[in-house]
Amino acid sequence: MIEILLITILSLALYGFALNKKKAKVLSEINILHSQPHYHGLYTAFLTIVPAIILLISWSFIMNIIMGANLKDYFSDITDAGLVEFYTNGVIDYVEGTTDAIIDHVGFIPAVEYYQSLQKTSSILQFIVTLTLALILFRYSMRFVEVQFKARDHIERVVVIIMRASAVFAIFVTLGIVLSLLFETLRFFDSVNVFDFLFGLHWSPQMAIRADQVGSSGSFGAVPVFTGTLLISFIAMAVAGPIGMYSAIYLSQYASDRVRSYAKPIIEILAGIPTVVYGFFAVITVAPFFRDLGAFLTFTNMSSESALIAGSVLGIMIIPFVASLTDDALTAVPKSLKEGSLAMGATLSETTKKVIIPASFHGIVGSFLLAFSRAIGETMIVVMAAGFAANLTFNPFDSVSTVTVQIVGLLTGDQEFDSPKTLSAFALAFVLFFITLILNVISLSIVKRYREQYE
Amino acid sequence: MNNISSRNQSEKRFQFYGKVAVTLAISFLVILLYNIFSTGISAFQQTYVAVKLDIPASVDKKSINPRSYLNKSFLEMFPPEVKSRNERKAVLSLLSKGAKYEFQELLEDNESSSLQGYFWFLASADLDMYIKGTVKRQGDTAGRLDEVQMQYVDILESKNLVELQSNKYLFSAADSREPEMAGIRGAIIGSLYAILIAFLVSFPIAVLSAVYLEKLASKNKFSDLIETNINNLAAVPSIVFGLLGLAIFLNFFNLPRSAPLVGGLTLALMTLPTIVIASRAAIKSVPPSIEEAAIGLGASKVQTIFGFTLPLAMPGILTGTIIGIAQAIGETAPLLMIGMVAFVVDIPGGPMEPSTALPVQIFLWADSPERAFTERTSAAIMVLLVFLVLLNLTAIYLRKKLEKKW
Amino acid sequence: MTEQLKLSIKNLNVFYGDKQALYNINLNIMEKEVTSLIGPSGCGKSTLLKCINRMNDLVEICKTDGQVLLDSKDINDASQDPVLLRMKVGMVFQKPNPFPKSIYDNVAFGPTLHGMTNSKEELDHVVIESLSKSGLYDEVKDRLFDPGTGLSGGQQQRLCIARALAVNPEILLMDEPCSALDPIATAKIEDLIAELKEQYTIVIVTHSMQQAARVSDRTAYMHMGELIESGLTKTIFSNPQHQKTQDYITGRIG
Repeated sequence: MIEILLITILSLALYGFALNKKKAKVLSEINILHSQPHYHGLYTAFLTIVPAIILLISWSFIMNIIMGANLKDYFSDITDAGLVEFYTNGVIDYVEGTTDAIIDHVGFIPAVEYYQSLQKTSSILQFIVTLTLALILFRYSMRFVEVQFKARDHIERVVVIIMRASAVFAIFVTLGIVLSLLFETLRFFDSVNVFDFLFGLHWSPQMAIRADQVGSSGSFGAVPVFTGTLLISFIAMAVAGPIGMYSAIYLSQYASDRVRSYAKPIIEILAGIPTVVYGFFAVITVAPFFRDLGAFLTFTNMSSESALIAGSVLGIMIIPFVASLTDDALTAVPKSLKEGSLAMGATLSETTKKVIIPASFHGIVGSFLLAFSRAIGETMIVVMAAGFAANLTFNPFDSVSTVTVQIVGLLTGDQEFDSPKTLSAFALAFVLFFITLILNVISLSIVKRYREQYE
Repeated sequence: MNNISSRNQSEKRFQFYGKVAVTLAISFLVILLYNIFSTGISAFQQTYVAVKLDIPASVDKKSINPRSYLNKSFLEMFPPEVKSRNERKAVLSLLSKGAKYEFQELLEDNESSSLQGYFWFLASADLDMYIKGTVKRQGDTAGRLDEVQMQYVDILESKNLVELQSNKYLFSAADSREPEMAGIRGAIIGSLYAILIAFLVSFPIAVLSAVYLEKLASKNKFSDLIETNINNLAAVPSIVFGLLGLAIFLNFFNLPRSAPLVGGLTLALMTLPTIVIASRAAIKSVPPSIEEAAIGLGASKVQTIFGFTLPLAMPGILTGTIIGIAQAIGETAPLLMIGMVAFVVDIPGGPMEPSTALPVQIFLWADSPERAFTERTSAAIMVLLVFLVLLNLTAIYLRKKLEKKW
Repeated sequence: MTEQLKLSIKNLNVFYGDKQALYNINLNIMEKEVTSLIGPSGCGKSTLLKCINRMNDLVEICKTDGQVLLDSKDINDASQDPVLLRMKVGMVFQKPNPFPKSIYDNVAFGPTLHGMTNSKEELDHVVIESLSKSGLYDEVKDRLFDPGTGLSGGQQQRLCIARALAVNPEILLMDEPCSALDPIATAKIEDLIAELKEQYTIVIVTHSMQQAARVSDRTAYMHMGELIESGLTKTIFSNPQHQKTQDYITGRIG
C-alpha cells in the first residue's frame, strides 16, 4: 500500500516538474523570467512531495502511539507495566510479520484482530488523505507559472531549511543517546540503589534471571567492572604510550623524509584494521603466546582471559592514535625552538626532551587522553579476549571484565524485558558515555588551547 | 663539564628507543597480517573425495535416493570388510553432510545422461583438516579421525581419490553448522545492504549540514553548540550507538531485529560526524575567490554552493565519506546490540530480512569451538581486509586527484 | 696588523640536493671584530652563516665541501663534535625564539645542559652575568621566573643573546637579528653588538646596508651564492671594487 502511494506521489511530482518546466519554457520564449524554467518545475515537484511526505511520516508516528496505547487495554489484567509493553510489542511484531510467536494470553488473538483492522483502516485513510493533499498542492502550484513568480527564491528557502535541519540532526542524535540511556538508567535505579551501583563491590547480574533462584536479587555493584576497565585500559596505555610516543619522536625528529613517508602510513594501518580482527588475533595468537611464555617462565596461575592479553592487544590497536596525535603535537612546535636549542649545543635528544616535549606537553597529554578514551570504549577486543566474570583485582594475570563486555553480555542472547539485568547495561553505557565525553571535552580543549599558543 | 661521550651515548640510546618503537609497531602489523593470511589461505581450498558412480542413462534419476545411493557407492569402493555398523558409520562420516545435496544436484543436472566413473564430493571438515595438515597424524589417529577412519583415508590417499579443490562454498553459501559448508555470502550481502543504507542516509545529511555550518550559519552560540556536538559525537564509543539503535529503531519504531536496515541506520548515525568533519574541511579548502566570482556574476548563494563549492569540494568530501564507510564496514559492536548476531543460514533477500554482517560473521566463527572454523574466520578477515584496502585505495586516488587541482 | 685570524673559510661549496647554493667561498674572519654578510635575498648569506656552526647538518639533503677552519682546525673534521663546536659558536636567529620556559631557565639552559656550573650559586651568577651583558638584567630582574615568551620582541631577542652568551662562546653568529624588531629595539641591539665585540667575534647577516655600515668592521658582499668582494666596511661602502657591489649599495639591485 505505502509503496504504491510513494510511487504515485513521485510520478505525480515528476509529471508536475516536466509540465511546469515546459510551461515556463514557453513563457520564456517571449519574456524574461525571474527564475529559470527548471525552477518552476522544481517548485511543483517540491510542493507535491514535501508536504505529503511530512504528512505520511507524522501519520505513522501518531498512529503508532495511538494504536499501541489502545492495545494495552487487552492486557489490562496484568499489573507489570513492562510485561504489558512486551505483550503489545509481541502483537505488533506478529501483525507486521517479524515473528510467528503467539503469546499465550486470552487477550492476544483479539488484540491481533483489533490491530489488524485498525491498521487496515488507517492505511486506507492514509492513502486517500495523502494523495488528496498531493493532488491539491499539485493543482495549486500550476497557477504560479508566470513571469514575475520567484520560484527560485522559494526553492532556495526550502533548501536552506533542509540544510539547517540536517545540521540540527546531529544534536538530535546526541539527545537521542542521552535520553535513551538516561530513561533506561532511571528505570534501573528504580530497582537498584544508585550508591549500590556506583560503589558496590560485587557484580553478578546473572543471578537475577529467575525469581525463585537462590540469590535472585542479583548484585549490581559496578566497582569491579570499573576497575577491570581501568586495569585493561592502563595496560593498553602501558603498551601504546611508550611505543606510540617514541615512534612519534623518532618519525618527527630523526627519521629521513623517505622513512617517515613510509613508516607513518604503515603504522596508521593499525588503526584501520577492524577491532574484531584484533579480537581474533588476541585469541588465536597472543593468548597462546602468553600461555607458552608463562609456562616457559614456570608461571602457572595465568588466566587464559587475563587482563594482560586483552590489554596488550588493545594497546597495539591504539598505538596509531597516540603516535599520530603526538606527532601532530611535536611537529606543531615551531622549528625555531628546535634550531635555537641545537645551536646552543644541545644534542637532538636533549632538544627533544628539554625543549620540544615541554613545549608540546599539552598536545601530548591531549593525545594520551583521547587514546585512553578509545581504550575505555573499545568493545570487540575485550569481548573476545577478556572474561565476563567481574573480579575485583588489580593483578594483570587475572581475568577481569569491562563495561563494554558487560553491555554486550547483558544485551545479546536471551533477553528479558525490563529486568534489572537488561537495564543495568544501559546504566553502564550511561557511565561509559559520560566518562568518554568528559575525557573528550577535556582533551579537545587542551589541544585547542595549546594550538592557539603557537598561532 | 658534562662528559661529551656520555652525552653522545645517551643520544644514541634515545634514537635507538625510537627505532625500536617504530620497528615494534610495524612488526605488530606484520605479525598480525602474517597470522591471518597464513591461517586463512587454506580456507580457499576444500577437500573433495572421489566416489565411483555407475548410473546408466536409462535409469530414472528421480527414483534414486541420493543419500543411500551415495553411501552405498562410497562403501563399495573399499574392500568388502567394511561390515559392522560402527565401521560403516565411521567411513561414511568422511563425506560431508553436504555431499548428498551435491549428488542430488548432479542427478538433476544429468537427468537423461549417464553418470559413470569418478565424481568429486565434499569431504567432512575432519578429513579436510587432515589433508590440509591442520591436524597431524599422531600414531594411528589424526585429530578427530580414529584408527578405522585413518585406515580408509590411507586407502583413498593411495588411490589418489582425495584432493584439494577450490572452495566454492566460501563465496556462495551463508553460515552453516558444518564448517565445510559454511560461507560468507550471506554476511557479505548483509554488510552491503547495511553499508548502502548507511551511505544513503548519512551522506546527504552530513554534506548538507557541513555546507550549512561552513557557508550559511552565522557564527553564534548555536552554531558553536552544533560544532562541539559533532566533534564529541565522533568520539562516542561505537557500542553506545548500538544501544541508541536498540532503543530508537527496535524498541520505539518497532523495526525488525537483525535486519540490515536497522544496522545501516545505526551505522549511519555513527559515521555521520566523520563525514561532516571531513566535508567541512573539504569545503573550507575551496578558494573563496571562486565563490566570490560566481556571486559577482549574479548567482545566488545556494546556486553558488551547489554549482561551484560542492563540485570543487567533492573529491575531499568523498574521501572523508569513504574513510567513514570503511570504518563502518569493520564495525561490529553496534550490530551486536541490534541483533545482527543471529545464526542465519539463508542469504538475505532484502534489507528487512534477518542477516549478519561480515565482521559479525567473523566474531561468530571466532567464537566457535569447532577448530575447522578458524581458517574460515581468517579467510573472512582476508576478504574484509581486501574490501577495506580497495576502499582506501579509492580514497587515496581521490585525494591525489584533489591535490592536482590546486 | 694587530688583528688575529679567528675563522678562515676556504673553497667552500654547499649543495642542497642537486642545487648548488654556495660557490667556492673564501673568507677570513678576524677575532673580536664584527663581520657583516650582505647581499640580495637568496644569495646564500644565511647558508654561509650556518656552515660556521654546522647547523646545515640538520638539513638532510645538504652537502658541503671545502674547509672551515676555526683556530686553524677544520670544523667539518670527523673528530670535531658538533656539540662542542656549537658551544664555541653561538647563534642568534632572525625571529626571537625563547623557549617556553622562564627567563631564568632560558639563560640557564646551556650551562645546565653542558654541566658548566657546579652549584646553584654559580648558575645564578652565570645567568645574571649573561643577562647583564645583553643589557636585559635591569629590565627583568624582578621577574626572572616569568615566562620568556611574555617579553616584548626586542627583549626576547636580547634574552636569546643572553642565552647564547651563557655558554661563553668565542664566536656569535647573528642571522638578521633585527629584522623582526622595531627601530628602537633595533638600536638597542646594535648598541649591544658594539659592546659585545670587546669580548666576542661576531658575524652578522643583515638585510640593511645601513646596519652593516653602522655595526661592522668588515663587510662581505654576496651575490647568487658567490662571494663578490670582502674587506673593511669603510672601503666596501665608499669604494666598491666590483660593479655588482656598487649596484647593490646604490640600491639598483636587491
